[in-house]
Amino acid sequence: MDNFLQQLLNGITWGSIYALIALGYTMVYGVLRLINFAHGEVYMMGAMAGYYAAHALGFAGAPSLLGLVVVLAISMVACGLLGAAIERIAYRPLRSAGRLAPLITAIGVSLLLQNTGQLVFGADPKFFPPLLESHEMLRFGDVAVSNIQLTVLITALLLMAGLEFIVQRTRFGRAMRAVSYDAPAAALMGVPVDRVIAGTFVLGSMLAAAAGILVGLSNPKIEPLMGLMPGLKAFVAAVLGGIGSVPGAMAGGLLLGVIETLVTGYLSSTYRDAIAFVILVVILLYRPTGLFGAPQTDKV
Amino acid sequence: MRGASRATATAVSLLLASGCGGESKKEVPGITVGHVASMTGDTATFGRSADQGIRMAVEEINAAGGVLGQPLRVVTEDDRSVTEEARTAAQKLIQRDQVKALLGEVASSRSLAAAPEAQRAHVPMISPGSTNPKVTEVGDYIFRACFIDPFQGAVMARFAANELKAKRLAILFDFKQDYSVGLAEFFRDTVKKNGGEIVADERYTSGDIEFRAQLTTIRAANPDAIFVPGYYTELGLIAKQARELGITVPLLGGDGWDSEKTLEIGGDAVNGYFFSTHYAADSDNPRVQEFVKRFTEKYGGTPDAMAALGYDTAGILADGLKRAGSTDAVKLRDALAQTKDYEGVTGKITIDPQRNARKDAVVLKIDGGKFHYYRTVSAD
Repeated sequence: MDNFLQQLLNGITWGSIYALIALGYTMVYGVLRLINFAHGEVYMMGAMAGYYAAHALGFAGAPSLLGLVVVLAISMVACGLLGAAIERIAYRPLRSAGRLAPLITAIGVSLLLQNTGQLVFGADPKFFPPLLESHEMLRFGDVAVSNIQLTVLITALLLMAGLEFIVQRTRFGRAMRAVSYDAPAAALMGVPVDRVIAGTFVLGSMLAAAAGILVGLSNPKIEPLMGLMPGLKAFVAAVLGGIGSVPGAMAGGLLLGVIETLVTGYLSSTYRDAIAFVILVVILLYRPTGLFGAPQTDKV
Repeated sequence: MRGASRATATAVSLLLASGCGGESKKEVPGITVGHVASMTGDTATFGRSADQGIRMAVEEINAAGGVLGQPLRVVTEDDRSVTEEARTAAQKLIQRDQVKALLGEVASSRSLAAAPEAQRAHVPMISPGSTNPKVTEVGDYIFRACFIDPFQGAVMARFAANELKAKRLAILFDFKQDYSVGLAEFFRDTVKKNGGEIVADERYTSGDIEFRAQLTTIRAANPDAIFVPGYYTELGLIAKQARELGITVPLLGGDGWDSEKTLEIGGDAVNGYFFSTHYAADSDNPRVQEFVKRFTEKYGGTPDAMAALGYDTAGILADGLKRAGSTDAVKLRDALAQTKDYEGVTGKITIDPQRNARKDAVVLKIDGGKFHYYRTVSAD
């Protein structure tokens, strides 16, 4: 039993990273109906920004909570700007070009960032500096909770709560929901659609950056291609939860993390990557709107 | 202006053409040797260390007059730690550079990708550090300067039983690497033969960063020690996550751990762990001490096992060339096959009929951010 609970905890921690990335996919899809395949690379850039910030500011050698917060903030701001730039340069000019062109552009941006990353940062894996000294924090029977796992979980939950607040309780959130519901009508009502879309990219990219830092904290190996697999998995998580749905992305991410961990723990890690894509196929076949998505009727 | 730029372009293309012409005449004196190495990527320290060792050996050989009256010249081709790229790198060296011999790779999967190219082209190839038995089975032109996995796996299984008195053992191996799969297999067999028990047998994939699920399963099986025959990148992460889960039993490994990076990534988490490898930098053998001293003067830092093996690999090749009396592929192959009691820094090397090096293994213990010599396990 303890063993199962430990696996559950491992899975939820791992899943909270997926959830943070999945939120970016789902929000962008919500306002633009675009799958932003460059999103995994924003997550990679977040981890890299954190790596360089930690070294430049001297937090690399001296673990402290302050260091973590500062590095997290810097990385989120940097990726927010990156997200805005990607939207402005790559997607906005194609806003009226149908759905296929932006999708292909997204793949192009993804490749561009991967290869730029290899050129600038080098192809070698880097080791994220330990911003927190890892130790066991709590123990219930055989369930060990490390301070790292706890930090990852709490940070992820705080960020998700913050996002939920922005989406539900602020003017910007309302504008975002309006654009997501019907962009032309929102524009007619005076909602600045361009600014809302840019803001959505900024928000999503900031969450991806946070995911990058949290992975650096708990699994400290980072490299320019690290965004590829988590990017795809987070996309599956977003579809699982219902693409376009914010709570769906959170639930989908956590669920996927738990499923992967249980499969690895009780069956074999051979199936870890396969299971995510099996889920994708099954969801698309039997419940394309995902767990939380409302069934959509096509507009005539 | 347009005329001027056209003139420049012509001049540049003429220069380029003459550059190419000069190279194809291959009037450069010396014996060209290729090195297929992972200079970048997941196991970059292997390729870089081996390359440093090889280049240092070649410098010394050339300073002493070279072989057959000619200097040796090393061309290194990076495979970025990618299996398929090792094959391409070998092809490039064989076809473009017309190398007389091929050195490399360290990782078994990549040696297995490169070896068929060398065998087909009849270019003798010596791997410094690939321990999987299949590597030299590719053909009679493929040699290695190190011992093989059955020996290494057995060494650690016996070590666990005799030194650690461990009866219940767990395995966590990388099922995408021939090296790791082989080591796990021979460890498993030896443990069972000696009356021990494998209580958990888990796997991961190179490149993974999350191992908590497997480690939780292993923890539940309550082993006395855990054998992790992977490479250093994953090991560091595994060690950290194992400690976080409250796993206190020692982790054991093979020469894939032998890299400064193990200490850098693992930090305190790898203290008290043991692994088998080819040589110990803190051994009191004067030959080793001399090598360590010169290496440190040249590159800074302590040479790891791959640097030592690279050094010996180049030495074995030079020795073979001298005995062959020519760079003819067949003569060189036969001379290499007859290598006997070559005094290297990784021990006294004899090439056996399967073209493997017979020599002792050492077990190192990690403590206080350093590798320490612990035991020598003989080949016999």
